[in-house]
Amino acid sequence: MRFFSQYISYFQAAPLALIILLFLLFPVLTILVVSFWDYDSYRLIPDFITENYEFLLTSPVTYSAYLKTLFYAIATLVITLLIGFTVAYYIAFYIRNSFVQSLLFIACTVPFLTSNIIRMISWIPLLGRNGLVNSALLETHIIDEPIEWLLYSDFSVILAFVHLYTLFVVVPVFNSMMRIDRNLVEAAIDSGASAMQTITHVILPLCKSGLAIGSIFVMTLVMGDFITVTMMSGGLSASVGVLIRNEISLLQYPAAAANAIVLLGTVLIMLSVMFRFINIKKEL
Amino acid sequence: MARINQRHKPGFVPLTLFFILFLIFLYGPTATIAILSFQGPDGGLTFPMNGISLHWFRQLFEPQQVGDFGGSLLRSVMLGFAVMICTAAFSLLAGLAYRRKFKGSDALFYLSLVSLILPSILISLGIGIMFDRLGLAPTWYTSAFGAHLTWTLPFGLLIMFAVFNRFNRSYEAAAMDMGATAWQTFRFVVFPLVLPSLIGVSLFGFTLSYDEFARTLMTSGTFNTLPLEIYGMTTNVTTPVLYALGTVTTLFSFSLIFCAMFAVHLLKKHRAKTVN
Repeated sequence: MRFFSQYISYFQAAPLALIILLFLLFPVLTILVVSFWDYDSYRLIPDFITENYEFLLTSPVTYSAYLKTLFYAIATLVITLLIGFTVAYYIAFYIRNSFVQSLLFIACTVPFLTSNIIRMISWIPLLGRNGLVNSALLETHIIDEPIEWLLYSDFSVILAFVHLYTLFVVVPVFNSMMRIDRNLVEAAIDSGASAMQTITHVILPLCKSGLAIGSIFVMTLVMGDFITVTMMSGGLSASVGVLIRNEISLLQYPAAAANAIVLLGTVLIMLSVMFRFINIKKEL
Repeated sequence: MARINQRHKPGFVPLTLFFILFLIFLYGPTATIAILSFQGPDGGLTFPMNGISLHWFRQLFEPQQVGDFGGSLLRSVMLGFAVMICTAAFSLLAGLAYRRKFKGSDALFYLSLVSLILPSILISLGIGIMFDRLGLAPTWYTSAFGAHLTWTLPFGLLIMFAVFNRFNRSYEAAAMDMGATAWQTFRFVVFPLVLPSLIGVSLFGFTLSYDEFARTLMTSGTFNTLPLEIYGMTTNVTTPVLYALGTVTTLFSFSLIFCAMFAVHLLKKHRAKTVN
């Protein structure tokens, strides 16, 4: 019994550790190994070549895909941070009734539990050439011809990202805000700070880790995405994820693997910077 | 003195308007396709409504119209259910494990975080190639099941962390003092206390798996799950039957969320009653 209770943590953590080992570590190692393999049109050839990387790193397609992906990531990040912060700030500081507060918070999080693909599809009847937005604008004579860039453009891609991922900012930022001692806010106001000064000097610094967690989610979700870009750009735009996806569908696994490893490296570098701002265990 | 009356706190009106706009932004598009799914039989993918009918919902259940809707729905529900059970059980166990310090606990924790934020296409590609190299055929109940757990388990773990961080250990100590065994303490004290959160974890486990696309792409093998089926439809179905499908699955998710919240509410009410 003593033996058992001494090691019980290991037994309890074992299922989690096993899943992580089998479905996270082994697959990533497989990708790493295969990225050095050769291939022809039918099969993978075990080898140690660096051509997959050489091709990848010398191809202008790669650079334009990374630029595009960074553009999407930064634009989405800026917009989701602004909207997410404002929404969290409203729920945390303007709603006094805790029941209403949790109701509004749940209203912001429910879409997370519904299908992303359906949520993307649902923009089509709104943004299309004959969609609701264009018809309304035509009807009211604000425009004479339908706006073409509403759907299947960078605009619609970023719009969909913001639509899908803002709640990844709202949740951690709201969580940080609820831990702020209200006396600090009152003290700031009493000492004559304006609402804006209270936000920039008191609330914003105390929400730093919530903002960092939200940014980590948004950045990694956008960097690794291929489905939103494919669907919302109508296949016209190529992000890194789309490149990998195309290589997979052409069965060029080693090329896809090399591409995935470079993406992984990029994401890890970004994360190591962002993780400096937070102590994740303290946030829970 | 103005701050005492919270209703007139400066900025209340513009912020409320902003919040309402945000909610319209969140729910408006989904509501739009919900309305459009009731298009008449001659209606198209956009407004105006050409009559009102249940035509497209009936079409949904005719196999030749939309591939394998029934089969993929069944697979997604079974997969979601299995992922839900494992997510709840494994994250509860891991949560318990982390109440003590053990060797490798930090490494496992950071790997779980990596699992949560690693681009899903990497997991999908990695598991796909790994199964291929091992000579195993990927199926929705093996490779896709594992792929989904790499996404739902870390969520479950983080929730359990939050729960146990706020957990009052004196209840357990009291039970132990009164002679309860370790199992009895868990069964009658710890478990009932974490049950509401566990329902939340289960809800996450099911819905995240049920809606997962990217991680399933290379891991589901021959048979599609529902999100893959829906994605396939977006490229070749040009009738409101697509919207009908979207409306049905969204309603399904909503009813699950509602059931979970109702269950938690009942539990809390029951507890309040027994305590008093």
